[in-house]
Amino acid sequence: MSKNEHKLTQLKALEAESIHIIREVVAEFRNPVMLYSVGKDSSVMLHLARKAFYPAPLPFSLLHVDTGYKFKEMYEFRDSFCKEIGANLIVRRNEDAIAKGMNPKEFGVARCCGALKTKGLLDALEEGEYDAAFGGARRDEERSRAKERVFSMRDEFGQWDPKNQRPELWNIYNGKIHDGESVRVFPISNWTEMDIWSYIREEEIPIVPLYFAKERLMIERGNLLIPYYEETKDQLLEGEEPKMIMSRFRTLGCSPCTGAVHSDATNMDEIVIEAAAARRSERETRIIDHGSNSMEDKKKEGYF
Amino acid sequence: MTEFNFELTKEIELLRLVTVGSVDDGKSTMIGRLLVDTKGAFEDQLLAVRKKKGTEHIASAAEIDLAMLTDGLSAEREQGITIDVAYRYFATPKRKFIMADCPGHEQYTRNMVTGASTANAAIILIDARNGVMPQTKRHTHILALLGIPHLIVAVNKMDLVDHDQAAFEQIREEMNAYCAKQGVKDLICLPMSALDGDMVAVRGEHMAWYEGKTLLETLEGLSVLETDEQLFRLPVQLVNRPQTAELPDYRGFMGAIASGTVKVGDTVRAIPSGNTSTVKEIITFDGNLEEAFAPQSITLTLNDEIDVSRGDMLVHIGGEISDSKELTANVCWIGDEPLIVRKKYLIKHTTQSVKAMVASIDFRRDIHTLNKDEADELAMNEIGQITFKLMKPLHCDSYADNRTTGSFIVIDTFTNNTVGAGMIV
Repeated sequence: MSKNEHKLTQLKALEAESIHIIREVVAEFRNPVMLYSVGKDSSVMLHLARKAFYPAPLPFSLLHVDTGYKFKEMYEFRDSFCKEIGANLIVRRNEDAIAKGMNPKEFGVARCCGALKTKGLLDALEEGEYDAAFGGARRDEERSRAKERVFSMRDEFGQWDPKNQRPELWNIYNGKIHDGESVRVFPISNWTEMDIWSYIREEEIPIVPLYFAKERLMIERGNLLIPYYEETKDQLLEGEEPKMIMSRFRTLGCSPCTGAVHSDATNMDEIVIEAAAARRSERETRIIDHGSNSMEDKKKEGYF
Repeated sequence: MTEFNFELTKEIELLRLVTVGSVDDGKSTMIGRLLVDTKGAFEDQLLAVRKKKGTEHIASAAEIDLAMLTDGLSAEREQGITIDVAYRYFATPKRKFIMADCPGHEQYTRNMVTGASTANAAIILIDARNGVMPQTKRHTHILALLGIPHLIVAVNKMDLVDHDQAAFEQIREEMNAYCAKQGVKDLICLPMSALDGDMVAVRGEHMAWYEGKTLLETLEGLSVLETDEQLFRLPVQLVNRPQTAELPDYRGFMGAIASGTVKVGDTVRAIPSGNTSTVKEIITFDGNLEEAFAPQSITLTLNDEIDVSRGDMLVHIGGEISDSKELTANVCWIGDEPLIVRKKYLIKHTTQSVKAMVASIDFRRDIHTLNKDEADELAMNEIGQITFKLMKPLHCDSYADNRTTGSFIVIDTFTNNTVGAGMIV
């Protein structure tokens, strides 16, 4: 074989880096868990984890911090896919807040996220006594994430201190922590949205059908397309009328706070082409990011 | 829409970059320019940092506060400085770039070391009005020490010196001389005006006297580091023994190949035990391979049951690695507390961790004169040659031979913080 053939495509180079990170965590931590949000990034991260330990089964559980507000297609996909690959799925919800009827419309997005996601996550991590939690965040998503380490330290309260991060040199990760501390590990830090879609296409990774365009009942609100369900019709604002729109999701979160985009991309080829031509970022359809420092503030408090 | 070619995307290689510069060299402007010109930033991200509210479309880069695009933390925007390494991503049809954007402020030099450690190339920003500053030399020295294969000196703000060729040539000569002393192999100097966009992605009209490539063309043309020629090194990360019904006796050695290549049937030696065996399979999720190479993450099985565990290394017979209970290295100190003689630390090298004591500070390097000074401690941001005594032998290469098996981090055993970056002599 000639020298030139010993080259990895950039996706294979990213894959190799991610697998190295995932294995390093399993080697150095007592009780890791993988946060699984059912979205495309989680799907890629899970695929990389399966590759890392093949032919053995995954050496850790998947943890889905559920808000109760995910799209029903996400629940269906989550349950069938985890069963298919034999993964051990743990689902945790902040039942207190859910029982009290926490919702973004009455309590505001920040409070709802704080209760259902951040507190839900911190409680679940504490309950499971996990010392490392894999997350599928990417640095290209949002400007405060661009500053985050691959091994990101969290204090006893699960908080992030962005001004005091450990230097991370070469591919040598420092996994030493004190009792009570933990790390969030981001194996796909260096992947972009374009990489994620291209990799899903190349590897034929199953994803939630909401990512593919079809005629869906939607409410048009400003720039946002909000999916309409019979159960959530009280979310309609005055003068809004649901209509069938050819659309898909670039990113999936909670149904009240995630918008869709106009799209005709019904298969992976078309999605990759659309991603390559996109002029606006995927996070634009996520209400959580709007506001001056919202992601950084949430992350400091422990948000994933 | 232009035709999208899926075949072409298979040719795209990854290049890791680092950008460094002193405060106010216009680094954020240059990066913003690269992101805008390669469409590495999205419209809504640009609109969020536009200078005048109300505009819905960005007609030119002048309308955007480019620094706001890259300074991600609230404290940075408040103080108008860059605190931490930010990672930026952009691509051309030929390459994908991961750019570590490093703070220029002196107290944050440790972040620069972080960003530079994995880089194949570095862009050093110089303000044409100020010329080569002490900070420029410090950064260049660190980049040379970290063995970055390609250094690109971008002499920025040429618009503020009337695009004067003589001003550029003077800086180029000074940097050439400084880098020659440092053993830099590939140095490229180019003039630039990031604010106007000249020589970043497009040539512009102001510096016709410069015949070299633009910054982006230069980045596309750099050779990506080849590790094929190097000896085979597989630091073992984990031994996979699932002991399931389907895989009762399976024992796979997992790791990322640090350098070189390995084939099925190769005779390999496990370090430190010294036992040898032959490669039975190279296992991946996508099917077994006949051959694997750096930096692939793979799993090997061997034909004999030999003792191999995490921290061990698999190498070829004849391509052995040295091991010693003494380690001498150039160390860049990044801890708050100074390094002192006789203090004990933990050293993490590839997948092995070993307790170490500082036996001696051989010298501290004066960044400006490059002189070797006597010293009894190494404070934050200082660089020196340190000899450690180790609790058990460490198998390693010199950093000059191998950036992966020649590097280590120093961990403070009390705080658990990473306090030093070591490059083995």
